[in-house]
Amino acid sequence: MVIPDPRSDTGHPHPEAIVGTSPGGGTTGIVITPGERVADPWAEGHHPPAIGPWKLAARRLRRNYVAQGFLVLFLVLVVLCLLAPFYASHIAHIGPNTNNVTGTINIGGKTTDVVSPDGVPIGPTFSSRYFFGADSNGRDLAVRLLYGGRTSLLIGGIATVIIIVFGTLVGLLTGYFRGVADMLLRPLMELIWSFPVVILGVALGTALALGGIGPVKGNSLYIPALIIGVVFIPYLGKPIRGEVLRLREQDFVQAARVQGMGSWKIMTSEILPNLASMITVFVPMMLAYAILLEAYLSFLGAGVQAPNASWGTLISDGLAYIQTTPTFCLVPGAMLVLTVLSINVVGDGIRDALDPRAQVRVRT
Amino acid sequence: MARFVVRRMASAILLLFAVSIVVFGIFEVIPSYNPARAIAGRNATPTTVAEVSHKFGFDKPVYVQYGKTMELIFTGQVIDYNDNLNVDAQFAQRFPVTLSLVVPAALLWLVASIVLGSISALRVGGFADRGIMVAAILGVSIPVFLLAAVLLYLFAFKLPWFPNTGYVPIQDNPAQWAYHLFLPWISIAILSIGFYSRVLRSNLLDMINEDFVRTARAKGLTRRQVFRHHVLRNSLMPIVTMFGLDFAVLLGGAALVTETVFNLPGIGQYEAQAIGNLDVPPILVGAMFTAFFVVLFSALNDIVYALLDPRVRLTA
Repeated sequence: MVIPDPRSDTGHPHPEAIVGTSPGGGTTGIVITPGERVADPWAEGHHPPAIGPWKLAARRLRRNYVAQGFLVLFLVLVVLCLLAPFYASHIAHIGPNTNNVTGTINIGGKTTDVVSPDGVPIGPTFSSRYFFGADSNGRDLAVRLLYGGRTSLLIGGIATVIIIVFGTLVGLLTGYFRGVADMLLRPLMELIWSFPVVILGVALGTALALGGIGPVKGNSLYIPALIIGVVFIPYLGKPIRGEVLRLREQDFVQAARVQGMGSWKIMTSEILPNLASMITVFVPMMLAYAILLEAYLSFLGAGVQAPNASWGTLISDGLAYIQTTPTFCLVPGAMLVLTVLSINVVGDGIRDALDPRAQVRVRT
Repeated sequence: MARFVVRRMASAILLLFAVSIVVFGIFEVIPSYNPARAIAGRNATPTTVAEVSHKFGFDKPVYVQYGKTMELIFTGQVIDYNDNLNVDAQFAQRFPVTLSLVVPAALLWLVASIVLGSISALRVGGFADRGIMVAAILGVSIPVFLLAAVLLYLFAFKLPWFPNTGYVPIQDNPAQWAYHLFLPWISIAILSIGFYSRVLRSNLLDMINEDFVRTARAKGLTRRQVFRHHVLRNSLMPIVTMFGLDFAVLLGGAALVTETVFNLPGIGQYEAQAIGNLDVPPILVGAMFTAFFVVLFSALNDIVYALLDPRVRLTA
């Protein structure tokens, strides 16, 4: 009889598990006579390693060159944005919020106003100063673009952390305890859920931008991050709750309960690991959504507040000059789209790698 | 059916109540926001502000203010703080613009995403599938306002194929109406086409591997029949749910960025202006207006569900 090694997904029998019974009973065709010790067909060094689901997923991801390419692109964009202070102090020689309305610059031996007397900012110079031109306050757009990227990525990142932590927590509590937790948390979730994301985000954004919350100032970056996080919590909480409802009835959870494990222990050591792949799939998705919503709110004036820049505010500012200098709006737009696109492609790659059916699907 | 309608109406009223409380509450808890100052104008003296405050009832307790505001909204007397326009009248006057923006766009994205999603699933791994999926992932990565701006730049300024702004009522000139709204329709539809065709494709692929599909083929139905009546019909369920919600939200004014970029005088544009001016009544009415459509369409959703799937009964 051959007992397949549960650790091996290739189904190779583990030789130690072979218990001699009837000859020819095994699928490998090794004839075993009772009592005889079989020589290890997978001798030291030739043993196929056991593969877990994460390793398998990583292996699939390693074959996905498109996803890897976009991951590199995303990392390049992040590094560029992180280098913003360096660019500002060593190349552009101007801070992100430094006005320079009356200044002039020298391009190719010709002196030009940064902002013309009738208020039109200079277009792209493609030199170290004002590479992408200036805005109506004479601020360097290239510097603001990089700082704006930091803002957008930071807000997206913080919001994603909020969504993942609280979405998982809410889903776990309501799915596991149902009853009381459901009664307390679900109406809240349903309310946020039935509220269109945009309306709620905008209402909160406009309101908090003015007053701030407690010690946090109105133009703090944490306010849009918090709003976006809160608005999207049910998007993770709902599917997590459904999965927990399914998992809690599974035999291994029942077994843990019978053994006397406490609820908290069951949730953290039995259920949470089973949610890991689902949460992993949601991370890039939520990051992309959060960055898009930030841009949307900032575009409407309900997100990042002056003097800070984000890609959303830069696109919004640039829209006024779309007929004369479209790069003002298209350059931050391109940065935003490239970032979200690369997150989405990598996210798709991760989803396909973690979803075992993905392989089957492609073959049909 | 009667039971269904009554229960749905009860939950609708409850939700509208909750939404109004939340929006009102959000603006009430802001310590530095004083609507009286907004109404009185920039150079108002403290006495004027106090007078305005008294006149509009901002010095009353919160629940009195809330009750008063709701009364004004439902009797059609509420005015916005900035231009002293009647909010309900503004919504009524602007709603046809939003309708003519959203309804054709919704039809466009629904048809396009079903066609594209189906082609993609039927030719999985092929050239058409890859092309559609690349386009779809691009579509979901572009924010609507940027797409609107790019379309405006390319097809209204760079190539003057379409007018850049303006709205012509359909009863005046249907051809001009469609001509002026074409770019806004596209910019709203692209995001949803991308999103829906991705969802539909993965649903279809899940469904194609189901046992009942093999059974249907085995009993002699053609591929076309199986796809249309068994696979597609079952895969459309989640699409129906998504569509109802998205459509409702857009009708309620969520097309505000498109309306702003293309300068269309719909309710979204009004809401966007209100957001810029921190004008509470239009934001409040807009949120309730949206919530109304959300509830209406989630009820319609259940009915469509029951029509698509005979096992579903209208009980909720």
